[in-house]
Amino acid sequence: MSSSTTHRAANVSRSSERRPAQKSALPWLTLPALFFFLVFAVVPLVGVLVLSFADWDGIGAIGAAGMENWASVLTDPGLYNALGLTFMIMIVSWLVQTPISLLLGVFTAGSQRYRAALAVLYFLPLLLSSAAVAIAYKALLDPNFGLAMGLGLPFLAQDWLGVPQLALGLVIFVIAWQFVPFHTLIYQGGVRQIPKSLYEAAQIDGAGTIKQFFHITLPQLKYTIITSSTLMVVGSLTYFDLIFVLTGGGPGNSTRILALDMYLRGFRANLMGPASVIAVILVVIGLALALFLQRLGGKDKQGSQLEGL
Amino acid sequence: MSTVLKSDRKAAPDNPPAHSVKARQSLGTRVKRLNIPGGLGGWIWLAVIIVPVYYIVITSLKTSEGYFGQNPLAPPTAPTLENYQLVLEANFAAYFMNSVIVTLGSVIPTVLISFMAAFAIVRGHGRYLKFVNGMFLMGLAIPLQATIIPIYLMIIRLNLYDSILAIMLPSIAFAIPLTVLILSNFIRDVPNELFESMRLDGCSEWQTMWRLALPLTRPAIVTVAIYNGLHVWNGFLLPLVLTQSPELRVLPLALWTFQGEFSVNIPAVLASVVLSTLPILVIYVLGRRQLVSGLTAGFSK
Repeated sequence: MSSSTTHRAANVSRSSERRPAQKSALPWLTLPALFFFLVFAVVPLVGVLVLSFADWDGIGAIGAAGMENWASVLTDPGLYNALGLTFMIMIVSWLVQTPISLLLGVFTAGSQRYRAALAVLYFLPLLLSSAAVAIAYKALLDPNFGLAMGLGLPFLAQDWLGVPQLALGLVIFVIAWQFVPFHTLIYQGGVRQIPKSLYEAAQIDGAGTIKQFFHITLPQLKYTIITSSTLMVVGSLTYFDLIFVLTGGGPGNSTRILALDMYLRGFRANLMGPASVIAVILVVIGLALALFLQRLGGKDKQGSQLEGL
Repeated sequence: MSTVLKSDRKAAPDNPPAHSVKARQSLGTRVKRLNIPGGLGGWIWLAVIIVPVYYIVITSLKTSEGYFGQNPLAPPTAPTLENYQLVLEANFAAYFMNSVIVTLGSVIPTVLISFMAAFAIVRGHGRYLKFVNGMFLMGLAIPLQATIIPIYLMIIRLNLYDSILAIMLPSIAFAIPLTVLILSNFIRDVPNELFESMRLDGCSEWQTMWRLALPLTRPAIVTVAIYNGLHVWNGFLLPLVLTQSPELRVLPLALWTFQGEFSVNIPAVLASVVLSTLPILVIYVLGRRQLVSGLTAGFSK
C-alpha cells in the first residue's frame, strides 16, 4: 500500500498540474481507515437489522424468523420498562449533570491557580474504568463498613442496591460522578473562548454578574451546551458497563436499561433475534436524538460531536 | 471547530495590547464576584470526587481486621500492602499485559490510518473524499453496543473468537470517526503556504504528509492517542463478549472477576481497582496539559 501510493503520488505530480495530481493520489490514503470502518462498523450496523429478522441462539445455525422477533419484543412489557428506564435515566442525568458541569466549567475557567488545581482533581473519575467505579461504589455503599458509617450519617446506610427506587437514583448519581468531570472540561473550554470584550462592554453598561451570566455566558455557550448535551444524551444509551457491574439490571428489572436488556436477552438468554430488535431500536433512538439536537444547533458543523462515547 | 482553534490562536497574542489595565481590573472583579457561589460549589464537588477516592485508597491498605474494626474513613492504623500482594499473585501482571497489548495494538493503527485519511480529506478534492468524510461523521452517532451482536457473529465466522485480535479490530473501527475528525480539524489549520512551498521544493503529497503535516499535527496526535487509549484500556463490553479464556482477560474484566473471587475481601478488591488505575494515572500526570488542552479544543463549540 505505502509504496504504491508513493509511486502514484510521484508519477502524477511529475506529469500534471495541481488538481489532477491530488485527485488521483490522495483518495488511496483513506482506504485503510475506510476498510476497517466499513467492515467492523457499517457492516454490523446492517447486520443487526438483518439479524432482527433471524432466529439464532448465538451458537447454532441461523434461521429466518420473519416478523416474529419484532412481534414478540414489541408486545413484551419488558421492552417498555427498559425504554422508560432508559429515557428516565437520560433525562434525569441531563437535568442533574448539565447545571453542575456548566457552573463548574465557568468556575474552573477562572484564572486563579487553585481553580486550575481543583480542575486537575476533578478529572480523576475519568481515569477509572466504569467497571472500577461500579466495584468501588459497591464497597462504598456497604451499610456497615462503607461511607455512611464513616461520615457518621446513618441515614445513608441503606440497602441501596436492594430497593428499586434507591438503586435507580444511585445509578444516576454514579453516572454523574463519573461523567460530570468530562462535561466540566467541555464547558471550561467553551467559557475560555468567549471574547473578553463582551464582558467589558457589559461591565461598562452596568450589568451585574448574574445579568452577565444570563446575557453573555449562557448565549455564548449555546453550541457548547448542544455539544455536551448531545454527548450526554446519546452517551446515556450506552451506560452499559457501569450498570452491568453495579446492579446487573436489578433489583428486579428496576435498572434494566435498553443496552443491558439487549445484552441479557442475547448473551444470557441466547435470544439473538429479539436482542437484535432491541439493538435496532437503540440505533434509531440514538440517530433520532442526535439529529434532533443538531436541529437545535441549526448547524451541521455540530455533526462532529455526535460520538456515542 | 477549526475556526475555533484559529480564533483561539489569534486571540492569544492580541490579548495584552487589547486590554487596558482598567479593563483587566474590571475583569478581575467579575471573576471575583462569581467566586462566592461558584467557589462554594467547586469545593463541595471536590469533596464528592475526593471522598470516594480517598476511601478506596485507604481501604485497600487495611487488613481485614482493620476493615471490619475501624471507622471506615479513618486511615489504617497498620497500613499493609498484603492486599496488593494478593492481587499481584492472582495473575494481575498477565491481565495488565493483555490490556497493554490491546491498547497499543488498537491505538497505533487507529492513529496511523486515521491520520492518513484525515490528510487526504483535508488536502484532496472530489466527491469520493467528501463521501468518505460524510460517512465517518455519520459513524460518530453509531453506538458500539448496538452492533455487538453482528460483531460477535463476524468474529466467530472469522475464527477470531477468544483472541486478543477480536477485541482490537472493532476497537479500531469505532475509534476512527472521532480520530479522523479531530486530526482533520488540526491539519486544516496548517497554513496553505507551507504545503505550497513543500510542493515547489518537489515533494510528493506522501512526503508532505510525513514531513510537514505529521510533525505539525503532533499535539493532536498525542491527544487522540491518549483519548483512544483511555477508551480501549477501560473497555468492558468487547472483551466480555468476544473473549472467554481467563488468560485473555483485560483489566476491567479481571476486576469484575476479582470481585467474585475476593467477594469477602473488600480491601483486596479495592487494591485491584487502585492497581488497574495506576498506569492511567501515571500517563495522566505526564500528559495532562496535552490531554486537557487537546480535549478542550476537540470538543468545545
